[in-house]
Amino acid sequence: MPLIPQPPPPAGGALLTRLHAINAEHGYLPEEELRRAAEELGVPLSQVYSAATFYAAFSFQPRGRHTIHVCLGTACYIRGGEKLLEKLESTLGVRPGETTDDGTFTVETVHCVGSCSMSPVMRVDGDTYGRLKADILPRLLRRYQTEAGGMSDEGT
Amino acid sequence: MINLTVNEQPVTVPEGTTILQAVRAAGVELPTLCYHEGLAPYGACRLCMVTITAPHHGLVASCAYPAEEGLMVETHSPEAVSARRLALEFLLSRCPQSEVIRELAAQEGVTASRFGTPPPERAEELCVLCGLCVRVCREAIGAAAIGFIGRGMERRVGTPFEVQSEACIGCGACAEICPTNAIKIEDRGNERILHTWHTTVELHSCPECGRYFAPEPTGFLKDMFPEIENLWALCPECRRQRTARQWIEQEHTRAT
Repeated sequence: MPLIPQPPPPAGGALLTRLHAINAEHGYLPEEELRRAAEELGVPLSQVYSAATFYAAFSFQPRGRHTIHVCLGTACYIRGGEKLLEKLESTLGVRPGETTDDGTFTVETVHCVGSCSMSPVMRVDGDTYGRLKADILPRLLRRYQTEAGGMSDEGT
Repeated sequence: MINLTVNEQPVTVPEGTTILQAVRAAGVELPTLCYHEGLAPYGACRLCMVTITAPHHGLVASCAYPAEEGLMVETHSPEAVSARRLALEFLLSRCPQSEVIRELAAQEGVTASRFGTPPPERAEELCVLCGLCVRVCREAIGAAAIGFIGRGMERRVGTPFEVQSEACIGCGACAEICPTNAIKIEDRGNERILHTWHTTVELHSCPECGRYFAPEPTGFLKDMFPEIENLWALCPECRRQRTARQWIEQEHTRAT
């Protein structure tokens, strides 16, 4: 027990907030953090795991330095979003939700980022790239691989 | 007391009764998979669908709907029957290998599903995700060792991280309550192996015959109920024999 009296622990209702906090801090949900959350919130571990596996917002794998979001919303899907994804999968050797072995990229799909006018769209970290063609992806990825990253030169 | 009618037959049930209980009290049969009288209503399997014709109209899961004064319930209206058949078609498409599902479906006249068969890796699926095992473990036993994992097509029941559970006491209530026999448990030597949960618990052996029978983690029961302390240790067979011997000895001393 700490020397200074503590407020009563939050009820089980705080579970999702806690999961978000863990995910934000680590980029994913490490097992020991989930065990600690269960204990501290007084929620059975089975329930914590249930909630953690239910939401796509949480990841169980450590994340890469850069997160790529490929949009597969209606507009992007129609205009070749899936081709972008295929190209990423073959170039990086990962499927959606996975991280490259070197820890550089995590690839994920999203359903609309609100940029339908420039579909097909892909986001790398905070940067949005529109009207993309699959064959320029390797060049785009190289920018991030060389660490400089970002939309610094030439833009899109 | 609440008065309602089931298929035009008046029924009187106590406050707090569900429509399903009232239907059964009226002697009308309704199939269920996810219902158990010892657990809170859940409404997952959708087999107990009935229509309410008055005072309002609706198609409801009778297990999760409270009986109300003046309610008129039809268990076999075309609407209810087709809802039940649809649910059975979905179940049949998920678990074509399940004897229980096939029989239930056949009883309602469903022998084939329009929704295809499961992919090869799930061809042997027996779990219908009714949640009885999860609920009995949490609500009745209090161990909460298992829970639903994932979502949508990926939804399944398992232990956290799908490894050996620390919370499981090996009681086997999950397997006992499972309506489709989807949970595999086996006693082998001094171990109870809960195959479905990737979990093994140690068994306690009977001090008289040496047979392994009770899971060690259920030992807390004898602290909780001191009156069973001697009984918990003995296997049911030795318990019976010891009790019988005591009676015979008592008779003997009384006779002499």
